[in-house]
Amino acid sequence: MNALTPHLSALQIILPLLAAPLCTIFRLPRVTWGIAMVVGVLCSFNAIAILEQVQSSGTIIYALGGWAAPWGIEYRIDDANAFVLVIISVINVFGILYARTSIPAELSEDRISWLYTAWLLCFTGLCGITISGDVFNVFVFLEISSLSTYVLVSFGTDKRALTAALRYLIVGTVAATFYVIGIGLLYALTGTLNMADLAQRLPEVTAHRTVLVAFGFITVGLSIKMALFPFHTWLPNAYAFAPNAVTAFLAGTATKAAIYVFMRLVLTIFPAGFFANSTIAYLIILAVGILGAFVASTIAFFRQDLKQMFAWSSIGQIGYMAIGLGLATSAGVAASFLHLFNHALMKTAVFMAIGCLFVATGSTTLNSLKNAGKRMPWTSAAILIGGLSLIGIPFTTGFVSKWYLVTAALELDMWWLAALVLAGSLVTAAYVWKFVETAYFRTDSNTTYTRSEAPLSLLIPTWILVIANIYFGINAQFTGTQALRAANAIFGFSS
Amino acid sequence: MIELPSFAIFFIGAVGALLLRGRILSSWTIAVPVVSGLFLVLSDPTEQAINVSVAGIELAIFQPDRLSLVFGYVFHIAAIFGGIFSWRMTNPISKASILVYAGSALGAVFCRDLISLFLFWELMAFSSAYLVICSGTSKAARAGVRYLTIQIVSGLLLLAGAVLHYAQTGSIEFTHMGLTGTAALLIFIAFGIKCAFPLLHNWLTDAYPESTPDGTVFLSAFTTKVAVYALARGFAGTESLIYIGAIMTCFPIFYAVIENDLRRVLAYSMINQIGFMVCGIGIGTELAINGATAHAFNDVIFKGLLMMSMGAVLYRTGKINGSDLGGLYKSMPKTAALCIVGAASISAFPLFSGFVSKSMVMSAALEEGYMIIWIALLFASAGVFHHAGIKIPFFAFFAHDSGIRVKEAPTSMLIAMGIAAFLCIGIGSFPQFLYGLLPYETSYTAYDTTHVLAQIQLLLFSALAFVWLKLSGIYPPELRSVNIDVEWVYRKGLLAAYNTSAYIVQTLVLYAYSLLTGLVKRSYRGITRVTGMSSRLANERTVDLMIVSIVVFFAVFLVYHLINL
Repeated sequence: MNALTPHLSALQIILPLLAAPLCTIFRLPRVTWGIAMVVGVLCSFNAIAILEQVQSSGTIIYALGGWAAPWGIEYRIDDANAFVLVIISVINVFGILYARTSIPAELSEDRISWLYTAWLLCFTGLCGITISGDVFNVFVFLEISSLSTYVLVSFGTDKRALTAALRYLIVGTVAATFYVIGIGLLYALTGTLNMADLAQRLPEVTAHRTVLVAFGFITVGLSIKMALFPFHTWLPNAYAFAPNAVTAFLAGTATKAAIYVFMRLVLTIFPAGFFANSTIAYLIILAVGILGAFVASTIAFFRQDLKQMFAWSSIGQIGYMAIGLGLATSAGVAASFLHLFNHALMKTAVFMAIGCLFVATGSTTLNSLKNAGKRMPWTSAAILIGGLSLIGIPFTTGFVSKWYLVTAALELDMWWLAALVLAGSLVTAAYVWKFVETAYFRTDSNTTYTRSEAPLSLLIPTWILVIANIYFGINAQFTGTQALRAANAIFGFSS
Repeated sequence: MIELPSFAIFFIGAVGALLLRGRILSSWTIAVPVVSGLFLVLSDPTEQAINVSVAGIELAIFQPDRLSLVFGYVFHIAAIFGGIFSWRMTNPISKASILVYAGSALGAVFCRDLISLFLFWELMAFSSAYLVICSGTSKAARAGVRYLTIQIVSGLLLLAGAVLHYAQTGSIEFTHMGLTGTAALLIFIAFGIKCAFPLLHNWLTDAYPESTPDGTVFLSAFTTKVAVYALARGFAGTESLIYIGAIMTCFPIFYAVIENDLRRVLAYSMINQIGFMVCGIGIGTELAINGATAHAFNDVIFKGLLMMSMGAVLYRTGKINGSDLGGLYKSMPKTAALCIVGAASISAFPLFSGFVSKSMVMSAALEEGYMIIWIALLFASAGVFHHAGIKIPFFAFFAHDSGIRVKEAPTSMLIAMGIAAFLCIGIGSFPQFLYGLLPYETSYTAYDTTHVLAQIQLLLFSALAFVWLKLSGIYPPELRSVNIDVEWVYRKGLLAAYNTSAYIVQTLVLYAYSLLTGLVKRSYRGITRVTGMSSRLANERTVDLMIVSIVVFFAVFLVYHLINL
């Protein structure tokens, strides 16, 4: 292992990238699942090892192929992206673990290996986005993850999955184009694509209006990628019609990587205070964050399909992360990081539980839920706890997130914002209550129901995450400190 | 002795309850408070203090003192007789939520920081809301949701106040704060909601009567008393509380009189009793705080007794409206007798428990020179007698014979009511036991000539007026009881004014309510139009919204910087 230690960062990318074509060679569903699982587990350990290394010996700088930074591509991992990398890798393992039973229930045998190929590529892309220290390299990985995500979405059983994937493709391409225009403008100004280098050179040229335009393009491009309201239009259907395991995986990882990159770009490579003092972008982000938190949650309330409901809820939750970012203080960014972690836990757990529901009843609509509390106590309880966490009930992770966000708002004397964040919980409570009402209280006394719980192989990964939701809600020591360190790292390459 | 805080025993008990069934479950629900009570009595809890550190904040999660111990003891008593009363209810989830509810009420009175208080506050809200909903009717489900919403709002206000307090002072300790600044005001309102302050009280009369016969017994014991405790700890001596309390003692009387549902009558009378406590807390002298605490202690027991007797009637007959009942003393004589003990206690008959505590608050009001308040409290005392003391037993067990013939209440219910009745008479006859528990040393004696005479006069003239009015048949039965107190305390002429004002208030409230529901309906339609399934905003099939957003973003962003660079 010691010989590998300097190359951990490269391994994180190479392992899944090489494993993807392996899956196309071994076309057997079990074998490809095994490959994905082994790679997923290795990558998680790898990511945790990276996090430990960053904590013990500071930022890791890895020059690919030995080419030094401004010319070659470098991976640069500090407290911020090491944390995100762990989130993505761990959620990935649970996603694959869950997929073993969930995927064969939705896909025919011959397509399963293709799904894992796309999955591994998507995972490669997300890891790459997170750890790369080069803005163009980020674009490349962004495309890898996006293209494979289109494929993943199109595997959905419903025919509408195809149109959802197509729409995502169109929107995603617009996003990538905007992003690449943005970094192109920056390159024209400074002649470099390396993040650390950009951070040094940009202060000299901030007087140029081009910087602002570049900033605008990058903001829009990444806002689409992270599904920030009102740039969210790809998300609801993509989540609703993708296979259940894929939805669970994407909900915990894809938007998270985009949010991280956005924070890194606007807060680290643009000069200190540029985001908050020289542009009104922070105001726009704050405004759409608040708007998104309310509007998307209200839309979620009117959905009759649980997957759609919680997909809209994701957009609302991303609004909360945007609020933390829009505050542009280290407390605000820490709150965003914390919510990023917590939301990955809760939303993945919820979507997994919805997948259990699908396997047990063949449907995910509210109507199919009648008496679910009795028929499927474990599945229903998992959705319930995930929902309580979304509301922010004490002893769940959501409470910790809200607490940090409210504290960050109060630090800036923004009472109204703290009040809005708390009021947002009520809207969340409304749609979660809709689920509770149907699952637990709308009983049909005429018909008798038998227990029809989902198989254990689905319930176990779901419940591990549900328990993690409660654990990190009670003991926020690890996540809290990690989020603060990540926020500090975002505000400067030092540390 | 191991240090195990009371709430932990209850929470462990709740988990256990989920695994048990039938009689074992019922015994378990009684055993848990007994064990926890023994822990509390045998160890010296004021010596214990359990602190927990969560995310760098030190939480004083268990730190009893004399004030909280009074509430702790009576909550145990209520949990025990409530547990016996609900012997026949064998739904494990209900039993578990009862234990969580009682446990979090205990946690709330024993903790000494605002964050723990908030956590227990919310736990109480959720577990008690389940007790409202679990009676299974759709009316109860709707009332339960309204109840839960209001309780959560109270919790959020408390949280907001706590965060603000922390931001300002850097401390989350829950001590006397008084009405200083926004933080204290938010917390004050949070407590006020749970305490059923006037205009904030509707959840209580709305939800409590909808629960099951046994659920209401628990509901009436904990939530409001925790709020009384919190006010006593945080806002003792706040003058506005005196007036709030006085209003609380008086206004429910009018509603209680016109109300037909006997459990709702008791819910109104509960606000009236809390009014005495709030008033005492507002006066804030040692005597007044002692009186408020003692009255809270007694109220849990005698209100529990009355709720149990009405619960037994509801359990046996399935009816609870005064107009449907009557003549039940023939079939349920023991229940009737026990109900009369509760009625005598709440009406503060000498030798019954209400007498020894209510008079403390009234003496304190006189000592501090609040003459008008004293008169208001006196009026309220007479009011209690007619709506709780006479109306409840009279309409349920006597009045016209409704022809209902049922069995006597089950033994378990009789035992529970017997315990409560024993305590009512015991405390009323030997008040020293209660006085010894109170937060401050006291040499107060309830049984001196003035008190006893004044109270007996009040009650006798009420009874006399009642009899005379009944014989002369001046008023229809429901209204008779209204007039006695009004007649005695004020002059007859004011009666019309009271009725009119009650009518005006009711009309105004109804009008405001219809205005409000209209507003809610219209805004719901508006929200549906903007974000419903077929709205443009929620359209998942097209991308035009996004394109427009991008254009708007660039327009705003670039034009702004064109002007402002």
